Amino acid sequence: MTTIKKRKPKLTWLVRDWRLYVMLALPVIWYLLFCYKPMIGVVIAFQKYSLVKGMWGSRWVGLDNFEFVMGLRDFPLALKNTLWLNLMGLVMGFPVPIILAIMLNEIKHSGVKRVSQTLLYLPHFLSWIIIGGMVLKIFAPTTGVVNSMLLRFGLIDKNVPFLTDGPTWQLTYTLVGVWQNMGWGTILYLSAITGINMELFEAARIDGANKIQQIWHLTLPVIRSTIVVLLILNIGQMMNISFDRPYIMGNTRVQNYCDVLSTFVYRAGITNAQFARATAIGLFQSVVGLIMVSSANFVTKRLGEDGIW
Amino acid sequence: MTTKAQSVEIINGKRKSIWTGYQIVLVIIVLFASALCLLPFINVIAVSFSSKSAILRGDVGFWPVEFTSMAYEAIFNDKSMMHSLWYTVLITVLYTALAMVLTILMAYPLTKKRLKGRKLFNLLALFTMYFSGGTIPIYLNIKELGMLNTMWSLIIPGALSTYNMIIMKSFFASLPDSLEEAATIDGANDFQILTQIYLPLSLASIATLTLFYAVGKWNSFQDALYYITDRNLQPLQLKLYNLIKGAQSVDVTMMEGGASTVATNISESIESATIIFATLPILVVYPFVQRYFVSGVTIGAIKG
Repeated sequence: MTTIKKRKPKLTWLVRDWRLYVMLALPVIWYLLFCYKPMIGVVIAFQKYSLVKGMWGSRWVGLDNFEFVMGLRDFPLALKNTLWLNLMGLVMGFPVPIILAIMLNEIKHSGVKRVSQTLLYLPHFLSWIIIGGMVLKIFAPTTGVVNSMLLRFGLIDKNVPFLTDGPTWQLTYTLVGVWQNMGWGTILYLSAITGINMELFEAARIDGANKIQQIWHLTLPVIRSTIVVLLILNIGQMMNISFDRPYIMGNTRVQNYCDVLSTFVYRAGITNAQFARATAIGLFQSVVGLIMVSSANFVTKRLGEDGIW
Repeated sequence: MTTKAQSVEIINGKRKSIWTGYQIVLVIIVLFASALCLLPFINVIAVSFSSKSAILRGDVGFWPVEFTSMAYEAIFNDKSMMHSLWYTVLITVLYTALAMVLTILMAYPLTKKRLKGRKLFNLLALFTMYFSGGTIPIYLNIKELGMLNTMWSLIIPGALSTYNMIIMKSFFASLPDSLEEAATIDGANDFQILTQIYLPLSLASIATLTLFYAVGKWNSFQDALYYITDRNLQPLQLKLYNLIKGAQSVDVTMMEGGASTVATNISESIESATIIFATLPILVVYPFVQRYFVSGVTIGAIKG
């Protein structure tokens, strides 16, 4: 009896919980193999990497790859396009879901509300390949419905080069993003707004506050913290850009306007097999991105809101 | 979201129509925005059912012109397209099953406060949300594992989403501890508690996450573009991409003064039909699954 008592405190947790560790085994192996192993793989950014010699046999070259990449014409261009497209998306896209959410909340007819929500959320469920495919069709020069409609109603004299002129392409890209996210983005605001006590609105109405005053003094203050957190988090994501969307929407005629970091890494790394150099770009992007997200989180917490960690 | 179905409301005991000028303006604006989300589909559907000459004249708006279902016949007669469809279904099913298993196995133990090393395991998962090896190291990893040009490259590497795992975890954590205590007293072990008590109570969350994973996989394109070069292993999205891009490069040459009108003629309605074909499965399930997604987003935002 005494020996058991002595040993007990040491291994009880394992005796008691070994089944939990068995459960964890599979996902933990997955994390190590598919998330952490590639993280070690980033060291090839500092190597003259050769596929034959592999990560352990390749020669170390310090920051050569970074210097080479920074010197390319395409890199600053891709960086600039990434930041610029993200900024345009934020400026034009951020307010839209807020406005839509407030409007949806004000609508009293529940049928109208439900149907419009269903339609507004729809684009979020489609892949960028499908959306991109539709965009390429709809905005096409002669056969596209947008140009042919505008021409028919006499709003334009000649086709608008939605997809073939650089700055116009960037605008199209941004507006498609706004379109895709405007409905889905309302969800968080709507759930914050529905948390407002309806009696407050009633009281405000009795006190003679009109609709605009009610929205300004009641609705907006309540969703303020949601707005602030989402805004800061979005700013923290400035360096990140998805691959699918610029890749499907871009074309060679607007190459200087549609090439972003993600497409540049793909082209350099996978298409041209410049593994080490492309990894250097990716690492640069990850590190700057991590710093930005951390700062965003720090700022959010300083403002007294819940951060993301 | 809380308003009840009504066309009148009762204020101070008086019945009033809700259709004030303010309401009408609001409804018009919101319905306009909703229409913007629907019209592109209608146009693409209209194009897919229209004749080549009508499309080239730019006549097709939101209704088919010179109706023909040739494009769809072409798709259904295209063996490689049908193969790609079933192949994509297979990948989606396998992926979703694996992803759910991994998600549950990770989420459940992490809700147990008594678990030694819980913080470490949590960190292991959370860190991956903010830092990753990046495109190329991940690609080289898949290559080293010999998974390039196999369907496994589309199934295993993305099979766990930490975001979804957190949603699952927060749901498990919301179930009362007393359930587990009672079961432990009755002699149940952790496997039994998970499979016989937690899982049956979590069916709604499990359904939500299953849909998250399934829609995500159905729509995924990037991994296939990176890892698959074998034509027989291309999922639908990649096939669609190749079709669209093939046609677009012809469009661009045409604008630049090249002369290859014949090639574009063939593809216009087939492309549109393929877009609809690849969207259809999503459109069919969408009305039923929409609310699960909405609840998933709010849970993820609050607890994440």
